[in-house]
Amino acid sequence: MLRYTATRMIRAVLTIWLAVTAVFVGLRLSGDPAQALLGPEASSEAVHALRQAWGLDDPIALQYARYLWQIAHGDFGRSLRERRPATKVVHERLPATLQLGLTALGVATVLGITLGTLAAFHAGRLTDRIIVALAALGQGTPNFVLGLLLILVFAYYLRIVPTGGREQPTSLILPAVTLASFSTASLTRYTRSAVLEVLRADYVRTAYAKGLPFFRVLLDHIARNSALTLITVLGLQLAVAIAGAVITETIFAWPGIGRLLADAAELRDFPVVQYGVFLIVVSVVSVNLLTDLAYGLLDPRIREG
Amino acid sequence: MMAPTARVATATKDVLLNRQRRSRRRRLPLTTVAALTWLGALFTFALLQPTLPLPSPTAQNLLARLTPPWGFGGSITHLLGTDHLGRDLLARILAGTRISVSLALLGMLISALLGTSLGIVAGYRRGVFDQVVGFLIDFWLAVPFIAIAFVALTLFGTGMTVLIPLLGLSGWEQYARVTRANTMRVRQELYVLAAHGLGAHPARIVFQHVLPNQVAPLLVMATLHLTSLILLESSLSFLGIGVQPPTPSLGNLLGEARNYLQIAWWFPFFPGMTLILLTLAFNELGDWLRDVTDPAIRGRR
Repeated sequence: MLRYTATRMIRAVLTIWLAVTAVFVGLRLSGDPAQALLGPEASSEAVHALRQAWGLDDPIALQYARYLWQIAHGDFGRSLRERRPATKVVHERLPATLQLGLTALGVATVLGITLGTLAAFHAGRLTDRIIVALAALGQGTPNFVLGLLLILVFAYYLRIVPTGGREQPTSLILPAVTLASFSTASLTRYTRSAVLEVLRADYVRTAYAKGLPFFRVLLDHIARNSALTLITVLGLQLAVAIAGAVITETIFAWPGIGRLLADAAELRDFPVVQYGVFLIVVSVVSVNLLTDLAYGLLDPRIREG
Repeated sequence: MMAPTARVATATKDVLLNRQRRSRRRRLPLTTVAALTWLGALFTFALLQPTLPLPSPTAQNLLARLTPPWGFGGSITHLLGTDHLGRDLLARILAGTRISVSLALLGMLISALLGTSLGIVAGYRRGVFDQVVGFLIDFWLAVPFIAIAFVALTLFGTGMTVLIPLLGLSGWEQYARVTRANTMRVRQELYVLAAHGLGAHPARIVFQHVLPNQVAPLLVMATLHLTSLILLESSLSFLGIGVQPPTPSLGNLLGEARNYLQIAWWFPFFPGMTLILLTLAFNELGDWLRDVTDPAIRGRR
């Protein structure tokens, strides 16, 4: 297990390093980094001053080393729009994103696993067909279309929830539903096939045959063996949720990181985009690492193999 | 030699299998027929849009702003109503579909070409090149693509010259992963080893044996990839960093409609429905193709 953990951790660190390096290379390829950092409207004096201050005329290896040094010390530059450290600008938006993301992930997990298991137990029957059709619809509906339709119906016609913002507790409902829809749908599909697979297994038939009650079989045999697939799928949902959060936050004027990044990308506020993306990469890589470790812990074949 | 009865039995089984296979091919599921019909109709109209008797998708008419669709208080000149600048919504949806689907097709072709070549070379040559490709695949899988897109669009600005390569780079890793594994498998087959032993050039082996072996999975992957490309492009355009106005795309139509939700329901509704039905149809087509081409899942659904 130690060897397995070590290789996984080295891979994670390598991935983050490669991402940081790719941004560095991209920054150089885009032309003058000083111009990119100051924005297209900056005066040539300001650009020149920054080139001097940043040592942009130094050898590229030295610049790269300095860049890594700064990032290792949490220095990601100042937001071009707000004239404050990019890290501060992004951190202020963290709570809103975490609230939305965790709510959506919770809803998706509970609903997805329940619906998927239900469908698997009724495979081929009406319940199953309805659930499968709904899941296909959920996976095929882009979340910005769903979000707009939800606003249209629930905020403008029925007037039971606000159209956006984060002022009232009910503001969370529509964004959370929008963000959860895709993950719920894919979790339902994965749970369904994972449970179906286990239900066909010999050990489940044996468990029933030796007279174990239904719930014993469900918890001890079915849930345990389906869990492996589900952990992987849950880990993958984070990357999906991040892309979804950008859109969802924009539609509902939710003051989170996703919306901040979309605005910053449009205004070409590079330091903010850089730090936001860095945070995203680090969190996705960490979750993938945890998934791998959980997988290795649950299934000895993987860590030995 | 086989006993005559056994031979007859095998022959009968073959005939039965063939008949079964043929009937399976002939009878398309109803949902697939619906998906194909819808896609065919939509693409025909989208391609013919410039020649159809519709107002131009970019012609503004400020006197006819936000006209409701025909049957909801609007006239037949604007069947699906108009947008905030009085442009015909139907014409814009058709033109937008054409642009969104063309971009997705272009991105798919670039992705497939890049991923397939890298995957085949990596799987065939192995060695250091294979390890580098393997690490790049893992890296691309680990980093959410929206993050890459944000950095690229911030650094290089918006526009087709950035958008098309970006779409082309999304999803190459799926093609590379599958073709790499497939190539490694096919390379060990007896007929490939024989071709190699006869002195066939690697290029010949790849085009004669390796590539034809993966046409089916590639086709399925490409169809499902189209859906995610359409969604990616429309998401970026919706956010204002994809296709730039006045060029319509399904995404930026919805982005523009966002500000008129309360007063013009048709403005977001029709582009949104087009997009949903488009992705559903592509998903259905991909699922069907997978069922037809993959003998392992055939008959399970």
